Amino acid sequence: MALREKNNKPNSLKTNNLELGTQNMKPETINSNFKSEEYQINMGPQHPATHGVLNLLLTIDGETIKKVEPDLGYIHRSIEKMCERDSYQQIVHLTDRMDYLSSNINNEAVCLAVENALELEIPERVKVIRTIIGELTRISSHCLWWGVMGMDVGALSTFFYGFRDREMLNDIFEETCGARLTMNYNVPGGLMLDIHPNFVKRVKKFVTHFKTKIPEYDRLLTENVIFQKRTKGVGVLSKEDAISFGVSGPVARASGYSCDVRKYHPYSALDKVTFNESLKTEGDTFARYQVRIQELWESLSIVEQLIDNIPEGEYRVKTNAVIKLPKGEFFQKVETARGEFCVYIISTGTKSPYRLKFRSPGFSNLSVLNHIAVGGKIGDLVAILATLDLVIPDIDR
Amino acid sequence: MSYFSDIYKGIKTLLTGMSVTGKYFLTSRKGAITQQYPDNRATLKMFDRFRGEVIMPHNENNEHRCTGCQKCEIICPNGTIEIIWDRGIDEETGKKKKKIDQFVYHLSMCTMCALCIDVCPTDAIIWGQNFENSVYDRTKLTRVLNEPESKLMPGVED
Repeated sequence: MALREKNNKPNSLKTNNLELGTQNMKPETINSNFKSEEYQINMGPQHPATHGVLNLLLTIDGETIKKVEPDLGYIHRSIEKMCERDSYQQIVHLTDRMDYLSSNINNEAVCLAVENALELEIPERVKVIRTIIGELTRISSHCLWWGVMGMDVGALSTFFYGFRDREMLNDIFEETCGARLTMNYNVPGGLMLDIHPNFVKRVKKFVTHFKTKIPEYDRLLTENVIFQKRTKGVGVLSKEDAISFGVSGPVARASGYSCDVRKYHPYSALDKVTFNESLKTEGDTFARYQVRIQELWESLSIVEQLIDNIPEGEYRVKTNAVIKLPKGEFFQKVETARGEFCVYIISTGTKSPYRLKFRSPGFSNLSVLNHIAVGGKIGDLVAILATLDLVIPDIDR
Repeated sequence: MSYFSDIYKGIKTLLTGMSVTGKYFLTSRKGAITQQYPDNRATLKMFDRFRGEVIMPHNENNEHRCTGCQKCEIICPNGTIEIIWDRGIDEETGKKKKKIDQFVYHLSMCTMCALCIDVCPTDAIIWGQNFENSVYDRTKLTRVLNEPESKLMPGVED
């Protein structure tokens, strides 16, 4: 009552509010204030665990996730529209900027599509070099993934070891292609330059070096019980869901869905090598982790099979300065480090495509996130995001 | 009981992991890839093919190899290269011939895709190894690659 008397004085807004608060403080209301309640929180766009500008709108109840809504478009650059303006040589360098961690494989996809349309005969040397560099790109991408995967679940040192081994690959790329990340080494018709004289020596050195490092990766992170408890049984994706969501790459293979483009539609020199598709059936975060570690071994074996006998010959077939594709539709798919990457070109016979569509693996892999993260904790979501291995420019394009 | 065995396993695997990190802690100098960058400037050498910036080499007579064919300008996806050209009189034949006035290179727009250098028929432009391109004013990133008063090297045809 003392408060109410004070309130009779005009212009005291503060006490007014106070009075309202005390009036509503009935016993039921106090209890309902501590009732569990859903609320929304933004994760990103600058969150380090999303590896880029991805905004996740989380509906959470305490720490339990009820709903995940990805909000895309922060780095949309309209690459597909730019392709309608550019010539076919220029399109290749734009694909570097999509999935920048497997830039060489993206380049290869566009080049293969253009070469198939022109019915060019590509020399064996080009095919072998493209495959070697593609597999090295895959290893480099998985090295980075392994480093940040450990860091996401709380092990900082993995980051340094992953980047140490990736540095050797970056040196190989820099020496041969001239750039470390956005290489633009493939051109329609072959390669921009022949391989550097040191290339074979350096790759062999890397292979022997890296063979001693993957067991170290296992000892440091895979066998760690704390890591296994964080990842086993988290974010389980069944095989049926993986197929119906259109998931590809290591994420789908961890659910037991055999979908390796390198096996089923081999391109370049991949039909000459033998390798196993790494498959797991558990479908959880730990299975996705193991599939990628297994892929490191497989990629190393592919590189080993090819590096000793790179055939002699031309490194480039001469094409016209202005490449004009015949009228029609052309399609090519490749397996990047994240999954199935497709290029679909509709040409009307002019120097640039009428419409060009990229099917990027990251977009489909992201679509599964709401399905597998609901019911888990926020800490699980970070682990799931790490093994989905998203590259955001690939999703937004 | 599994509670204690979990703790035991946790500590055991943690120590296994720490044996890896401990090995590198003790032999950190061997195999270190970190470069002490500003201090090692004198010895730091980039690879031959490193794409730092586009440069136009000139010989001792202040002559370059650019004929002004504009192939690089056409192939560039970003409009990085701008060639301002003129028609001059060829001294030998007396005919009118294309010659460059200014070869303008906007480094700020360049994505280092190497298409211009790939397409150049006379190897007039090459990659420079300089990578320290930070400046205080962005107008400094627009460069004229040909030297003032420079001429086309005799005998270069496209």
